[in-house]
Amino acid sequence: MNADKLTLARQFIEAIPHAQALQMQFESLGDGRAELSMPWREDLVGDPRTGVIHGGAVSALMDTCCGAAVISHPEAPAGTATIDLRIDYMRTATPRQRITARAEVYHITRTVAFLRATAHDEEDGLPVATATGAFTVERPKGGAQ
Amino acid sequence: MSRAKPEPVQVVKQRRDAALRALVSGVPYIRFLGIEFERRGDELTAVLNYDDKLIGNPLLPALHGGVTAAFMEVAAIMELSWSTLWEDIEAGRIDLTAPDPVLPRLPKTIDFTVDYLRSGLPRDAYARARVNRSGRRYASVHVEAWQDNRAKLFAQATGHFLMPERTGDD
Repeated sequence: MNADKLTLARQFIEAIPHAQALQMQFESLGDGRAELSMPWREDLVGDPRTGVIHGGAVSALMDTCCGAAVISHPEAPAGTATIDLRIDYMRTATPRQRITARAEVYHITRTVAFLRATAHDEEDGLPVATATGAFTVERPKGGAQ
Repeated sequence: MSRAKPEPVQVVKQRRDAALRALVSGVPYIRFLGIEFERRGDELTAVLNYDDKLIGNPLLPALHGGVTAAFMEVAAIMELSWSTLWEDIEAGRIDLTAPDPVLPRLPKTIDFTVDYLRSGLPRDAYARARVNRSGRRYASVHVEAWQDNRAKLFAQATGHFLMPERTGDD
């Protein structure tokens, strides 16, 4: 994927209203891999007793990160949508720490991309969550552009 | 034998609605997404009020897949808490009507799998969760979400949850 297309893909993701609402920010993108992060925020808390961020916000980050990885793939799908996403919550995310998701297309066919993703807080080691997903591969209408 | 006189309907509704309100309003993320809960007896329906910030694909436009997942996870956790607390609320063992009630611990998500059936339209969405199994430690919950037509789901999900340890159990 050339640099122009990558810039377009990045702008496309950053323009997503929900990505903006969660203040998502790219760390890296390209070749079917993406790294995207978002800050902890008070209004994203799921358990007020502990201040731990809601799993749903982590899901949204991982879903976006997977979608970005798909459109950054060298086969350059024109677009993508989630078919299925499974998230395993390995441990509690530490309150007030940034969450960073990394996603990778590990296989792509003409129609489907298969992804794996992880989410970490600022602690090294065991991820907060891992995910596996299947995404659609939408081809440009009328063949290659 | 004389039966106890049934409680006045207002008392029953007030107790249940206050309990539900306390549970829901305790979670900031539910407010962030604009989710509300409607109650008929013990049946809950989660309502995702449409807002532009919920969009994931501005070209279609369609709801963000992550929003759909989050909405269903919220619906699952609330249904699970509600169904486990119901008897205690009804018996008056838990009083959530106090101004600053001590909120019960919430179940923790172990895993959550979302099956996207069609794209979410830019309008309100609804979800109902069903607890398929609720043991002392683990629970399995299924969620259905739809928009205009109850029979045409736009997503469904299954999740497993770790139940909070119940203090004061004998």
